[in-house]
Amino acid sequence: MAGLAFDISHLLAGGLVLVSFMLLYQDRMIGLINVFALHALVLALSVAWQANIQDAPHLYITAAIALFFKGLIIPLTLRRIVRRLEIHRTIETVVGIGPTMLVGMGLVALSMVVMLHVTAQEALLVREDMAFALSVVLLGLLMMVSRRNAVGQVIGFMSIENGLVLAATGARGMPLVVEISVAFSILIAFIVIGIFLFRIRERFDTVDVHALDSFRGDRQ
Amino acid sequence: MIAAIAAQTLQMLLVVLLAPLLAGLVRKTKARLLRRRGPPLIQPYRDLLRLLRKEVVLAENASWLFRAAPYLIFAVIWVAAVLVPTFAIGLPFSVAADLIAIVALVGSARFLLALAGLDVGTSFGGIGSSREVMIASLAEPAMLMIIFALALIAGTTQLSVITQFMLSPEVGLRVSLALALIGLIIVAIAENARIPVDNPATHLELTMVHEAMVLEYSGRHLAMIEMAAALKLVLYISLIACIFVPWGIAASGASAAALAIGLAAYIGKLALGGVLLAVFEVTIAKMRVFRVPEFLGAALMLALLATLLRLVSRGF
Repeated sequence: MAGLAFDISHLLAGGLVLVSFMLLYQDRMIGLINVFALHALVLALSVAWQANIQDAPHLYITAAIALFFKGLIIPLTLRRIVRRLEIHRTIETVVGIGPTMLVGMGLVALSMVVMLHVTAQEALLVREDMAFALSVVLLGLLMMVSRRNAVGQVIGFMSIENGLVLAATGARGMPLVVEISVAFSILIAFIVIGIFLFRIRERFDTVDVHALDSFRGDRQ
Repeated sequence: MIAAIAAQTLQMLLVVLLAPLLAGLVRKTKARLLRRRGPPLIQPYRDLLRLLRKEVVLAENASWLFRAAPYLIFAVIWVAAVLVPTFAIGLPFSVAADLIAIVALVGSARFLLALAGLDVGTSFGGIGSSREVMIASLAEPAMLMIIFALALIAGTTQLSVITQFMLSPEVGLRVSLALALIGLIIVAIAENARIPVDNPATHLELTMVHEAMVLEYSGRHLAMIEMAAALKLVLYISLIACIFVPWGIAASGASAAALAIGLAAYIGKLALGGVLLAVFEVTIAKMRVFRVPEFLGAALMLALLATLLRLVSRGF
């Protein structure tokens, strides 16, 4: 039974990494938001499974928060924002999808190697979960640097937070208070970013963040 | 020994006899999902018989290669399909059933088909061959990478042994296996010229790949090529089934009852694979030819990820 419990949690964590790659691959706005909702769903499943095997009922609340806020509210709001900004077009990425994927592979390899060395004396489940969580965080960062579009960057930011939650549940012991405050700070950040999106668009007629470069001043 | 040879012969005949039925099932399911009635399940058999009876129309400048290619393609694909374990493992041919050998056989069939497409010198054949080779040059590395990942997990590239390994209880749900499965499905879709890479039912010039290559064929030659295409679909579904859903397959030297169970399970898996393929095909649109590299690149990436997981972590 322990084998199966490990397998399922491992599979769900690996699934989260896979969905992170889908986020990198996806180049349409609405598709990106849908994949982000899937990301949150997989995270919620993973956390709920951890709650089940660790016998820690408060993790169910974390799973519910992930499912409700990140799987439902944020995607729906983002969808409305995208519709109002009228950007259902293709995202331009700084580098192409192929090189981005390869860099992503490198990041996954890096986090595997680092985490498996650092956490050498921990239980196998914790080590693997930490390695996957670090991969999700790094892939989210990669997503933020490879997208020029502000909405894509917001989604990258949210997926980083998903990776953090995965790490926290795997390590048995993030208190619920921290959990809830993190979830709400993310929500506040999301609201602020949403307002900023409209402000940026009002000023520059685009949400392409490279339009901001002209306000940077002289470069030596 | 005699029983094993009989089982092997049964498998040889089975794949050939079931292939048109599977093609018919996919077409029928697609038609039903689109609320059409669709042709009867046995329509592909009738088509093949009709083509066999018709006379062959050859271009004046067609060489011997053009005439020989259909038979060679059919033979090569048939051999490859027979090597894959279907309802039983440990059959006499299974010593040769190496994954790399199967990829090589399928690759040589594609080489022959691309040559035949170029042979007559029409522009459509040329377009088809060049696109087919482009897709193949992306699909084959992905396939080899998947084989590499599987070989690392199972410790061998021999299919019977891999199936036996997958049946053993120590293999549970594994992330690397899941990644390899998705990668293999993507490669199978590309190799079989299905939507979204190619449309098997199209006759629109801009989108044809497989159809463009075989445009010049008629009569019994076309029958051979269509049969080979149907067999290839059986080959890939059997491959996925014997690696990732091996349950029900009869062990080597099993009793007649176990063989019967294996046979029923195999036919069930084929039917399920055909229906899933049809559902997948009606839910998505064909992608532009220039998007195909990204699609197949994803397969390569998944296989790389699977290999990486296997190499680096103990839990794979």
